[in-house]
Amino acid sequence: MKQKNVLEYLEETAPRLPDKVAYADDNCELTFSQVYNASRSIGSALSNKGYYNEPIVVFMAKKPQTIATFFGCVYGGNYYVPIDPEMPRFRIELIFQNLNPKAVICDEESLPLISDYEYNGDILLYADISKTEINESALTSIRRRQIDTDPIYIVFTSGSTGVPKGVVACHRSVIDYIEQLSAVLGFSEKTRFANQSPLYFDACLKELYPTIKFGGTTYLTPKQLFMFPLKLVEYLNEHKINTVCWVVSALTMISAFNTFTKVKPEYLKTIAFGSEVFPIKQFRRWREALPDATFTNLYGPTETTGMCCFYRVDRDFELDEVIPIGKPFDNREIILLDENNKAAVDGAVGEICVRGTALTLGYYHAFDKTNEVFVQNPLNDRYPELIYRTGDLGKLNERGELIFVSRKDYQIKHMGHRIELGEIEANVNLLEGVSMSCCLYNKEKDKIDLFYVGDPEEADLFAQLKEKLPRYMLPNKVKKLESMPLTANGKLDRVTLQKSI
Amino acid sequence: MNELLEILSELHPDVDFEAEENLVGDKILDSLDIVSLISEIDDKFDVTIPPEEIIPENFNSAKALYALICRLDEE
Repeated sequence: MKQKNVLEYLEETAPRLPDKVAYADDNCELTFSQVYNASRSIGSALSNKGYYNEPIVVFMAKKPQTIATFFGCVYGGNYYVPIDPEMPRFRIELIFQNLNPKAVICDEESLPLISDYEYNGDILLYADISKTEINESALTSIRRRQIDTDPIYIVFTSGSTGVPKGVVACHRSVIDYIEQLSAVLGFSEKTRFANQSPLYFDACLKELYPTIKFGGTTYLTPKQLFMFPLKLVEYLNEHKINTVCWVVSALTMISAFNTFTKVKPEYLKTIAFGSEVFPIKQFRRWREALPDATFTNLYGPTETTGMCCFYRVDRDFELDEVIPIGKPFDNREIILLDENNKAAVDGAVGEICVRGTALTLGYYHAFDKTNEVFVQNPLNDRYPELIYRTGDLGKLNERGELIFVSRKDYQIKHMGHRIELGEIEANVNLLEGVSMSCCLYNKEKDKIDLFYVGDPEEADLFAQLKEKLPRYMLPNKVKKLESMPLTANGKLDRVTLQKSI
Repeated sequence: MNELLEILSELHPDVDFEAEENLVGDKILDSLDIVSLISEIDDKFDVTIPPEEIIPENFNSAKALYALICRLDEE
């Protein structure tokens, strides 16, 4: 029978490899049986409390126990919402407002921090619920009740109005993604991942689920190592890491500083990257250092569950070329739509739209926002069929490979993160004494410049902004202006501002 | 030293870099900062920091970083 629940991965692997390490960091290792038992206990605890089909906030830092808690939420028939206490306070507040959760799971470390927030619901402690006696009959009846379009997680992405949007994904789209991704990248029981992505982005699906599907191992790489290339490569070697799925900037950080002249990742065989353009100069250094490894470019918006296109690098590229995003994984289709909602043909540029099981369910508590981008396929006037409009522009090259061209709007990709410049501006405008602001993105240097008019001094404004925005959304330069250039209609004149810098 | 302080303040206008002694440990600098710092230092001081010197000890304070630049400049 076809798989319908992501937990079937764990249930197949845990009895087969009970004592093998599934997830590890510097402080803790969890074996498959430990993950299995802890998550079933957590599911039982949630069920005993009567939670079903609820968003459960997992308010914990990145560690193996956090992942077991995710599965625990799903065992209870709920969906997990990862919130790392390191996220900016204001963003966490907005997420809480959107979710209005009934239950939050903390550990000893994050428990004192939750009292900073206006949250009066139930707080469950990992140490308790991961030891709760397993309630077999409850877990069995939950499983019988669940269907494959039930949600399993919500992750939040940037929203142009300043309010993050919660993308809700279900079993079916995650299973479909994990199956296709694993086939393309060739994961197996021998796969040893070094995770780079935070657990509150869908990027971590690439490690979390193949690990339980195959019985591989994921090492949660300490964030600080991504500042120190030599130590990072030594870490990869120490843990015999053979597979990384990282943002490009994490890879270029290693190659740009000539790390390969000192040390090379000896075991690395499979390298997947994405979320931003890989500068060819740096890419060549990687291929020279690891001539036998495979390199795969991945592309996909959170709204279509993880990644949806891939290109396995099979040729050399000139310095001014971009690596294609290739073709869609099996069981999804890319449609390029022109301005008139007609199919873009003959290599013309069109908006990249996705069709298939990969589509997530939409945005949480935001039906209008969902309906703006999850829309009826305009090429189909015969029966209901949803597509997701990515807002990315793409085209096919002469080889028939999909190429990313640019964004349609003010959304940018900065250090591998998807950012709405409007969200930064909306947050700046909220600060006291600020009358106007404008963000410009310098694509060549991959830097965000912020201009504003108002009372606060630059340093003060920046300090306030740190409270509101994640690190990757903070502008690289902040400049206070006497006045903003305006167009004849009184709108902000981005073109003139751009020229003035 | 002033030139280095200028580069640092541009990254984090709200930090007193003359006083801070634990920039890495206290998570004031992150990987994006390290990357920009190294390329700015290359531009402004014409000093290339080799991989074995990209370690926390050299980036924990403006003073330590400046000492590194001077040392590399002499070599």
